[in-house]
Amino acid sequence: MQRELTPLQRIATDFGESRLALAGLALLVLVVLAASFAPLISPQDPYDLAQLDVLDSRLPPGSTSVSGLTFWLGSDGQGRDILSGIFYGLRISLMVGAASTLCALVIGLAMGLAAAYFGGRTDGVIMRLVDIQLSFPSILIALVLLAVLGQGTGKTIFALVMVQWAYYARTVRATAIVERAKEYIEAARCLALSPARIVFRHLLPNCLPPLIVIATVQVAAAVALEATLSYLGIGVPITEPSLGLLIKNGFDYMLSGKYWISFFPGIALVLTIVSINLVADQLRDVLNPRLQK
Amino acid sequence: MVSFHPLAERILHMLVQRARFVLTSLIVSALSLAGAPGAAAAELRIGVAAEVTSIDPHFLNLAPNNNAAWHVFEALTHVDANARLVPGLALSWRPIDPTTWEFKLRKGVKFHDGSDFTAEDVVFSLERPARLAASPGPFTGFVKPIAAKKIVDPWTLQLKTAAPYAMLPYDLNSIFIVSKKAAAGAATEDFNSGKAAIGTGPYKLVRFARGERIELARNGAYWGGQNGKLAAWDKVTLRILPEDTARIAALLAGDVDVIENIPTADLTRLKANPNFRLEQKVSWRTLFLHLDQYRDHPPQLADKSGKPLARNPFKDARVRLALSKAVNRRAIVERVMEGNAIAAGNLVSPPVFGHVAALKPDAYDPEEAKKLLAQAGYPDGFALTLYAPNNRYVNDEQLAQALAQMLARIGIKTRVETMPASVYFGKARAGEFSLAMLGWGSFSGDLALRALLATPDAATGYGAWNWGRYSNPKVDALLERGFATLDEKKREAMAREAATLALKDTPVILLHHQLASWAMNKGIAYTARTDEYTFAHDFRPR
Amino acid sequence: MPAFIIRRLLQSVLVLGFMSLLVFVGVYAIGNPVDILINPQADQADIARAIAALGLDKPLWEQYLIFLRQALSGDLGKSFAYDIPAIQLILERMPATLELALTATAVAVLLGIPLGLWAGLAPDSWPAKLIMTGSILGFSLPTFWVGLMLIMLFAVEFGWLPSGGRGPTTALFGVQVSFLGWEGIRHLILPAVNLALFKLSLIIRLTRAGTREALLQDYVKFARAKGLSNARVVGVHVLKNIMIPIVTVIGLEFGSVIAFAIVTESIFAWPGMGKLIIDSINVLDRPVIVAYLLIIVSVFILINLAVDIVYSVLDPRVRLGAQAR
Repeated sequence: MQRELTPLQRIATDFGESRLALAGLALLVLVVLAASFAPLISPQDPYDLAQLDVLDSRLPPGSTSVSGLTFWLGSDGQGRDILSGIFYGLRISLMVGAASTLCALVIGLAMGLAAAYFGGRTDGVIMRLVDIQLSFPSILIALVLLAVLGQGTGKTIFALVMVQWAYYARTVRATAIVERAKEYIEAARCLALSPARIVFRHLLPNCLPPLIVIATVQVAAAVALEATLSYLGIGVPITEPSLGLLIKNGFDYMLSGKYWISFFPGIALVLTIVSINLVADQLRDVLNPRLQK
Repeated sequence: MVSFHPLAERILHMLVQRARFVLTSLIVSALSLAGAPGAAAAELRIGVAAEVTSIDPHFLNLAPNNNAAWHVFEALTHVDANARLVPGLALSWRPIDPTTWEFKLRKGVKFHDGSDFTAEDVVFSLERPARLAASPGPFTGFVKPIAAKKIVDPWTLQLKTAAPYAMLPYDLNSIFIVSKKAAAGAATEDFNSGKAAIGTGPYKLVRFARGERIELARNGAYWGGQNGKLAAWDKVTLRILPEDTARIAALLAGDVDVIENIPTADLTRLKANPNFRLEQKVSWRTLFLHLDQYRDHPPQLADKSGKPLARNPFKDARVRLALSKAVNRRAIVERVMEGNAIAAGNLVSPPVFGHVAALKPDAYDPEEAKKLLAQAGYPDGFALTLYAPNNRYVNDEQLAQALAQMLARIGIKTRVETMPASVYFGKARAGEFSLAMLGWGSFSGDLALRALLATPDAATGYGAWNWGRYSNPKVDALLERGFATLDEKKREAMAREAATLALKDTPVILLHHQLASWAMNKGIAYTARTDEYTFAHDFRPR
Repeated sequence: MPAFIIRRLLQSVLVLGFMSLLVFVGVYAIGNPVDILINPQADQADIARAIAALGLDKPLWEQYLIFLRQALSGDLGKSFAYDIPAIQLILERMPATLELALTATAVAVLLGIPLGLWAGLAPDSWPAKLIMTGSILGFSLPTFWVGLMLIMLFAVEFGWLPSGGRGPTTALFGVQVSFLGWEGIRHLILPAVNLALFKLSLIIRLTRAGTREALLQDYVKFARAKGLSNARVVGVHVLKNIMIPIVTVIGLEFGSVIAFAIVTESIFAWPGMGKLIIDSINVLDRPVIVAYLLIIVSVFILINLAVDIVYSVLDPRVRLGAQAR
């Protein structure tokens, strides 16, 4: 019965061992599908103000709009269908979260590895840049971008990348600095391997485990930070609300009993982040060669 | 989905009802535990909505600072709950010749340190703003017209202006009177520490904890006491709670007795809560849209495919009227403002000097609007961008989106861009917007017209906020004559005439006047004010 | 080591200069405070005069040179909005923020590391699963949402804790602190919990991942084989080896809590520095923004310096400031 499994099959099998992770995966697929096909499955285009009617504002779940549309999850202060808003908002939030985390991760990884490997002056310059970046508030960056370039989702992503790369650079450097001092790197150097080879083949893989933990948490942090920027009025455009912005808009109604404006987008956000993390947790364990039984 | 839905909804509804019941009963019991509001009659805790930066009443002319200052200091003239001028430290004032005003001061008024209030203090206070260090919002504009001051006797003061100037008593409402003895040579720090914060107001400053609270104690020797206007509370704390939810939570949790500036979203709920009362009044703040009427090719205006237009449509009064007719002000008042506004047909709200009752809001008529657009040569409409701040006015960004919906209904493709005030006002002043939201509070209709619709002229100071550069020489001339007319009745007639003349051209799209609201424990009453100030001395136990 | 520290501090001077220049250009690009703060009744001349009085009519390089000259003589300028020295304004809010930051970080570390270890040592047990799932909830909800829920529950519904603000303060070594009295602690609980939640989750997850990794390393297997007690293996060998990324993250999180606890401070009306910076950015109070960010960058430099030193304590093989050979 012993059959050689391809690596992919092995990963799939190991992944499937956790029911929780499978549930997470199913949820994530659903979320991504909902986000990708938002225009097809949404009853309304929530970003087209011409389709909204303020007379439909703040209707409770299940109400019918002036034009005969049913708001299954209610409507917000602009008469925006919350369900459609969630589908579209997911798109923006996932894009903002994933794109900013990915860009920041790549930049931070490169900077952190370079700082740790080369040390000395390189380390000094990069790490002082990191110090500056860490202390520079995202709000100020976002405001400057808004004032100079105007509003837009791209600018929000840019602001988030600016804020986050330094975080990764510092954590990567921390692990890399330890790894660099270990014997195997010494050995690689003695073999006169090229720095690129040493960094990418030897240093990098050993820095990944803590980085993955931070990155998956930071996707959530990025989405939350985007919500905070929107909360302060300098995030994504108000007419194209992300999940965070939907929650923020509904937040004003939390004390007035109109729970649905904030509650349903909140649930959607929690489910999304939970699913990302369930999948990432299991993947990390599955992909880690040392954890193989 | 359809068969599943009603059940789901019923369950959800039930859950929500139950949660609501538990919540309200818990709140009620928490409140009864917190003690009856009446028991706290000796102390009043007010949650104020904005940070107070300084106690120096001549440093920064900002509503929150002035609001705090009015407890400790007073001005020669006061403003009543309807934003009308009434006597303050000055008992009366009259012009004795076209360029001289004589002020009779109130006798027997004492400063908090027991010294007498005299004309010396007034002269000192009038001169102080110009002597202060740099301020981003100085008071100097209010004393600028005064060319000479003459103390006739300790309770009579004559002020000379270069030209006849009717607004002097109004301007002097903004200059707080400090004690010459206490404030001579004093810096901001001395006011903040309380050393120089010696006024004649109903409360004495006890402690200014920047960013946190201001503690006040009743001034037992207040002159208003003779008229039965002695403050009702021995001790007052103004707690700084700028975050809306924090302010409301503080009221609900019984941590404060009164809060100002209630978000519209919470008003309905508070109204229904038997433990609290609301006081409301139409505010002096009017919201409207400025439209670019001076450039041939204003930014952002284009046809629907993005090609530039041959000419500026806003220069055509029919287009401006069409935009105004497209606005469903009832929907804005009922939906966006949740009933806490009134539709505007004037630049100033009903109680304010110079309001013209005959000017009604433009009626909502999208069909007529479309016709007007077609007549003006835009049967298919055009495209524009509406700009608005997102942290300045009540529901400003919600309002902008609702307006965009309404403009879309008459075929005008509208994009909305909102930004914080810090970015917004600089750009607006630099002329980067062709359609922009502005809110305005003014003592009088003619002052509002002068700033908003008079032909911009740096030399005369007219039209400083006329972003759209509407220009009507007849309006300018009327305003000029009005400001030189010392008779209040005649001046008001001229202000009304000027407003009627200007608004006939739809120079701005008027939206609504805000309502100002206060929420308080049920045992307290407040005389709500059009100028939106929250005065501890106007709260009384019921 | 001393040479390393001196070199680091010299670099910091350059960082401060660079930072101030960045902020100057940034704030200049956004706008100017007079447009926001001036009284609506002011006319064009009043506005121009106010701008000139603040020196904002000069070209940017000249404004910066004036700032540099004053800064070198130890004066970072007066706040436009408060009319008191920017440094004084910041320092008087610092104790409130430090108090909150230290409490939140302590909660996160003292709970996070043990819970993370537990979850890592027995990954398949149900408490471990509970901890891990719970930790996801800790960072998947926006801070402002959680903050409001905490207030609604504990302040409004149950009335156990105050809805916001800081408790009465007493002087401790000349610093005004509030955590010495019960009333002060009552005020501290909700905002600290609100702030700690995200950090707690992050530390739990990092510790767990590190622990699982470490348990499979040769040295741990070797230590076990030598017959060392489980407590000693975990307490010394495992913990020491997983601490470097955790210490790094604690440093980063501590710094950002000091600098930007804006949302929590706003919702709980906590009179700290985060509220000051957001207010100052809102009115473009440049002297405060510059001074604030100079202080914050110094804080980060110090924290990161301390963290770097901790690396070499935790792992002697790490040599600070070493050049690549």
